[in-house]
Amino acid sequence: MSGQHASSQTAARVRRLEERLIDAGLTSDDELDGIIGRLLSGASPANGARVVARAWIDPAYRERLLADANAALEELGLSMSTGPQPQRFTVVPNTPDTHNVLVCTLCSCYPIALLGPSPSWYKSEAYRSRVVREPRAVLAEFGLELPAGTGIVVHDTSAESRHMVLPMRPAGTDGLAEDALAALVTREGLIGTAAV
Amino acid sequence: MARVNDVGGQSGFGRVTVEPDEPPFHADWEARVYALNVAMLRRGVYNLDQFRDAIERMPPAEYLAASYYERWLHAVEALTAPRSGDG
Repeated sequence: MSGQHASSQTAARVRRLEERLIDAGLTSDDELDGIIGRLLSGASPANGARVVARAWIDPAYRERLLADANAALEELGLSMSTGPQPQRFTVVPNTPDTHNVLVCTLCSCYPIALLGPSPSWYKSEAYRSRVVREPRAVLAEFGLELPAGTGIVVHDTSAESRHMVLPMRPAGTDGLAEDALAALVTREGLIGTAAV
Repeated sequence: MARVNDVGGQSGFGRVTVEPDEPPFHADWEARVYALNVAMLRRGVYNLDQFRDAIERMPPAEYLAASYYERWLHAVEALTAPRSGDG
């Protein structure tokens, strides 16, 4: 990526590819627009936040979520199926003793349906290489200083298996309704680079 | 044998840089590449493992120089290229 000129060359390359695949009958403008539209309107960390809020207020749901996250998603009308290949989904709960954080060291595997399009830093070589070697230092750079006694588990995801972190419910939120609880949950909390 | 993409544990890639309020795509062509890949996967032109393999087989220098969606573009092009004599 070197400036405007290189980018317009790339854009022209993409147009040629698109025309070739449309001419071959493999896709259409409408289909491509639909895919982008559904991604931008449907995939959002608000989905993951709904799951977390439900788990915070309903201990039985939390238990089902940790036992079989794919099935627990369906209870809320959500799904991991963004493509033709099924993805096993696992939710990993933070506790006072253990903090979880996600990475895909090989590429960029990420639960897009629940967290929205992934941020560039998640896909960067810097994050993928370092968070498995010095997670505490990387989390501190994100502003998350964990107590020395809290262990860190780094989950390296793969094409067939995706994870999401279940953050701990913040103190002082006892009176909050489910929607208000969901609003506290951030994308970074679901990846594990923030507390909530 | 490890390929260039297998960066877990390596040193020298520097600090993690976070772009505040990052948009899902930085250019329209990135969104089109995303959609083309989903469409090809959906149609069974290739599968997800073949897609990843096509990225991971990029020459290392090219892989490291490419942006995220440039890698996707490379893979979709390679996996849909008309078969030639040396293919």
